[in-house]
Amino acid sequence: MEYFVQQLINGLTLGSIYGLIAIGYTMVYGIIGMINFAHGDIYMIGAFLSVITFLVLGTIGFTFIPLALIIMLLISVVLTAAYGWTVERIAYRPLRGSFRLAPLISAIGMSIFLQNYVQLLQGARNKPLQPIISGGVVLMEKDGLTAYMSYLQMVIIVLTIVLMAAFSYLIAKTSLGRAQRACEQDRKMASLLGVNVDRTISLTFVIGAALAAVAGLMVTLYYGVIDFFIGFLAGIKAFTAAVLGGIGSITGAMLGGVLIGLIEAFWSAYFSVEYKDLAAFSVLVLVLIFRPTGLLGKPEIEKV
Amino acid sequence: MSEAIAMLPTDARPLLIVEHLTMRFGGLVAIDDVSFAAGDGEITAIIGPNGAGKTTVFNCLTGFYKPTVGRLTLNRPDGQFLLEQMEGFRIPQLAGVARTFQNIRLFPGMSVLENLIVAQHNKLMRASGFTFAGLLGLPVYRNAERKAVELARYWLDRVNLIEQADWEAGNLPYGGQRRLEIARAMCTEPVLLCLDEPAAGLNPRESAELNELLLSIKAEQKIGLLLIEHDMSVVMGISDHIVVLDYGRKIADGTPEEIRNDPTVIRAYLGEEEEEALPPEVAQDLENLTKSD
Repeated sequence: MEYFVQQLINGLTLGSIYGLIAIGYTMVYGIIGMINFAHGDIYMIGAFLSVITFLVLGTIGFTFIPLALIIMLLISVVLTAAYGWTVERIAYRPLRGSFRLAPLISAIGMSIFLQNYVQLLQGARNKPLQPIISGGVVLMEKDGLTAYMSYLQMVIIVLTIVLMAAFSYLIAKTSLGRAQRACEQDRKMASLLGVNVDRTISLTFVIGAALAAVAGLMVTLYYGVIDFFIGFLAGIKAFTAAVLGGIGSITGAMLGGVLIGLIEAFWSAYFSVEYKDLAAFSVLVLVLIFRPTGLLGKPEIEKV
Repeated sequence: MSEAIAMLPTDARPLLIVEHLTMRFGGLVAIDDVSFAAGDGEITAIIGPNGAGKTTVFNCLTGFYKPTVGRLTLNRPDGQFLLEQMEGFRIPQLAGVARTFQNIRLFPGMSVLENLIVAQHNKLMRASGFTFAGLLGLPVYRNAERKAVELARYWLDRVNLIEQADWEAGNLPYGGQRRLEIARAMCTEPVLLCLDEPAAGLNPRESAELNELLLSIKAEQKIGLLLIEHDMSVVMGISDHIVVLDYGRKIADGTPEEIRNDPTVIRAYLGEEEEEALPPEVAQDLENLTKSD
């Protein structure tokens, strides 16, 4: 039981991170119908920016941890959002009127570019970061087995819940969210009602990148080591999460993220750690075969 | 400009002035040097056989197409806008031109009310301080949103959809969707409303209700209406001014009486020295055209 609870906590933590990244995939797919393969790398940039910010803060002798974390979060979110905006502006917007595959290829190109760009500027070696938030609470203890939840895990889960709630509110109730949903259904018509479609799409990328930056910061804190390649695997897993939940559905992305996190944690715990990625991607295959619309996705109706 | 204004058969203030509008798609000339004016506070109908270029005129007006040649001036009391030079989304936002479609284009997955709130996007976006105030639920945004809902409610009431406000728009019956589309266009608070075959697919009773709605919009909102319509009872019943297109050219322009007796119009609808039977809808139109008086 203790072991199970422990894996549940680990899975939820991991799932929160995947969920935050998955939202970026699903939103972009919803609004312009393309998979932004550079999104994983945007998340990697977020992770790097938070490490760099932390190191800079350390160098100037700023050691008050809670405030340092908030500064890391803010700087990483703002700059990563700027990256997200730029990627959309230079790699996708010029191709908007083009055939469907063009922005997809462009996205893959952007992904490769971002990886190499960070590799060149930051070097290929791992970037370690000392644990910043330590400690935790023992939830259960029995026969030497414990279920332990670190403060960091709590922060990750709580922050994710807050962000997802705020984000759902944004989509459901604010005028930007309404415009996004309108663009999703009929971009031309939205424009005829005075919605600035290009700006709405840009903001979608900005929001997606901001959430990915938070995920990047969390991963940095959680694993304590990052490199220029982390975006690939995390990106593909978050993409799997988005497909599992039903691509285009925001609740689906959150749910899918948590499920993928749990599957990975339990697989590693009860079967084998080596094959945890295999488990996650098998889910992708199974979902695509048996329920291509995902758990919460609606079947796509072809417009005539 | 004076040339087009001079063509206005009534003495209304010209709201929309179309000059030498030409639209070519490769070798195909969809609209060929069309000029006309539409008066403020009037209903101007654009009629013509299928393929005459009526919808293309609308597409040029609302920024879907950039005209090959021509000037489209929207002459508001507070300034002039050259529609052909504006970005698509600025046409409803700044100039105040709204439109509906022949094949309805609602946001089917959103509620009826939300369809009308989206139409007030710009107002709300400004009030929400570009989302931040909205996200925090500040009073500024709440007030703006309440006003938006009030306006939406007013129009829902006008088009008899108040009971269905929470329905998904896609689930409304056909006639309701048509009315909702008009309500949505009105929620953008336009000065010129372009309606592309609003009576298509409506039964005679719905069609009569539509006439009433359009007349009351004209009377109460004091805006210009531009109407594409095949149903001659609608056209002759409510328009102040009719422009007739055929093969992309303007063949007649005048009051309903003038149009009804215009030999070129009758010929365009009949075809010249055509032996074969008329398609039923054209025959119907023609019959309405000549008998309704």
